[in-house]
Amino acid sequence: MASTKLLIDDVSMKFATPPGVFHALDRISLAVPRGSFVSLIGPSGCGKSTIFNIVAGLQEPSTGRVLIDGVDATGTIGRVGYMLQKDLLLPWRTLTDNIILGMEIQGVKLAEARARALPLLRRYGLAGFENAYPRALSGGMRQRAALLRTLLFDTDVILLDEPFGALDAQTRLRMQEWLLQLWSDFGKTVVFVTHDVEEAIFLSDELHVMGTRPGRIIATIPVALPRPRLRACTATPEFMALKERCLDLLHRAAPPDIEDAA
Amino acid sequence: MTTRQTSTKLVASGMADRPADPATVTTDMAHVVSTSTISDLSWPSLSPPDLIRAPSTSSALRGVGAVEGRDKPGHDDAETPPAKRGVTPARRLPVQKDWPTAAIVAVQIGILVVIIAGWEIGAATNFIDKFFWSHPSAIYHTLMIFFGTGDAFTDIAFTFRSTILGFLIGTFAGSALGLSFWWSKNYAAIVQPYIICFESLPKLALAPLIVLVFGIGVASKIAIATALTLVVSTLTTFAGVKSVDPDGEKLFYSLGATRAQVFRKLVIPSCLPWIISVLRVNIGLALTGAIVGEFIASQHGLGRAIIYAGQTYDIALVWVAVSVLSALAVAMYVAVSWIERMLHKGIKG
Repeated sequence: MASTKLLIDDVSMKFATPPGVFHALDRISLAVPRGSFVSLIGPSGCGKSTIFNIVAGLQEPSTGRVLIDGVDATGTIGRVGYMLQKDLLLPWRTLTDNIILGMEIQGVKLAEARARALPLLRRYGLAGFENAYPRALSGGMRQRAALLRTLLFDTDVILLDEPFGALDAQTRLRMQEWLLQLWSDFGKTVVFVTHDVEEAIFLSDELHVMGTRPGRIIATIPVALPRPRLRACTATPEFMALKERCLDLLHRAAPPDIEDAA
Repeated sequence: MTTRQTSTKLVASGMADRPADPATVTTDMAHVVSTSTISDLSWPSLSPPDLIRAPSTSSALRGVGAVEGRDKPGHDDAETPPAKRGVTPARRLPVQKDWPTAAIVAVQIGILVVIIAGWEIGAATNFIDKFFWSHPSAIYHTLMIFFGTGDAFTDIAFTFRSTILGFLIGTFAGSALGLSFWWSKNYAAIVQPYIICFESLPKLALAPLIVLVFGIGVASKIAIATALTLVVSTLTTFAGVKSVDPDGEKLFYSLGATRAQVFRKLVIPSCLPWIISVLRVNIGLALTGAIVGEFIASQHGLGRAIIYAGQTYDIALVWVAVSVLSALAVAMYVAVSWIERMLHKGIKG
């Protein structure tokens, strides 16, 4: 792929805790090509969410920089779209008004923002719910809305932190296909965090497997499966081999006391 | 509410203590059901605000119907010969029959009529001391005078005005103060002990001082009503501020929001349900504050009428003023409940 869109350059994160300095992240370097879909997988506590917080400017790294399009964006907010596992839709706003939140904060006029949101709502499976309140929607629909809110924020880079983690298996599969559709329509650069190896392989161009204590990247695996991907590709030998390799890496990366921790 | 909890506990303990012999459990159950029936019957005598919520009144009276439901299994039990012990008899779930609303209202009115008639007859036969207790016909007579030629409307307007103003000032200022704590954790930490100190202080004890400072006019009543409502609103709103979802703030900041935007678009809407939830409490507190202010020194108001009547042994007037005051309290409570419902609807859509 083309040039580097997002560069995480030698970022580390340390916290002072009572027993001593805790290394949350140890010298992470990561180059995400423009328009690609990259996943981070790793056991709990490997610092995936810390990386996201740093890229989104919500936490300052102890060392290192975050570059977007070659420009230093360390510690600045509002540069990337960030979606958490919780949908965080505001219960007092209609679906449309939730989705335009990003634009509204950026100062886009309400009427204009709504006009931009409505066609997307209809196109991406939320037609008929434009004026519904979040509590009237299913979990899958709420996640769709949250994702559209992130997309409409209109940044090139999007961080998705286990967006489908709370959904049931069926909805999850449908959401993955829906996400791929969205990704190819919008041409965004996506960084995706998940616990689910199969999900990561199915969606990504490249996987970064992380280890814990300190959080670090232990392997980078390119996924060469052809696009557009259909569900059937999860049954191919190539897919199986990738999955095997990832699970093996994760197994070795997991600390020996993982059973106690879980 | 406490009676209900106790009866539930009884059921639980009765079941847990002797699970082996079904017959024993049966007797226990019958006993427990009758206990809960008795305690349910005492429900309607709870505090007035509980009675105003119409649905709970009817459900409370439903306890009466339970007697029929209970009797059947009880009889079965008595007839079970000793040889059959250990075999659980077929039994239906006791069902309470709902009385029609008309029947419930009729009983309610009936009780009132019995009380008033009993009081009147008791006074006529000197069973009740008219000097201390007055009697219904005299109260009615005084009521007519109070509304016909007396100060009824001046007094009601005076009390109403100080209550409403105190309520509004206290609620708004308190909510604003509570919300302001979001802006700075240091500021919140510094101010909090003072707020809690003021909360635990019996503010009515300050009433004589407030009357001295603000005079015997409407201002002192408003001030007392404000003092009572302000702290409740402040603390409740602050609790709302503390419960704002940190992930929500994270989302807003990740979208590049300023603090003012987070405050306006996230913190205030999140806290509104908390602010609204104290309205009903506050209207009662504001009325209490206004009345106490009138007790201490005033030229008008229902509180002043009660004190004046009491000091001149005009017991009928005391009853009249207290009744009018209750009617005013109920009217304001109902109005605020209605506003609360409308606001909740507005928030949730």
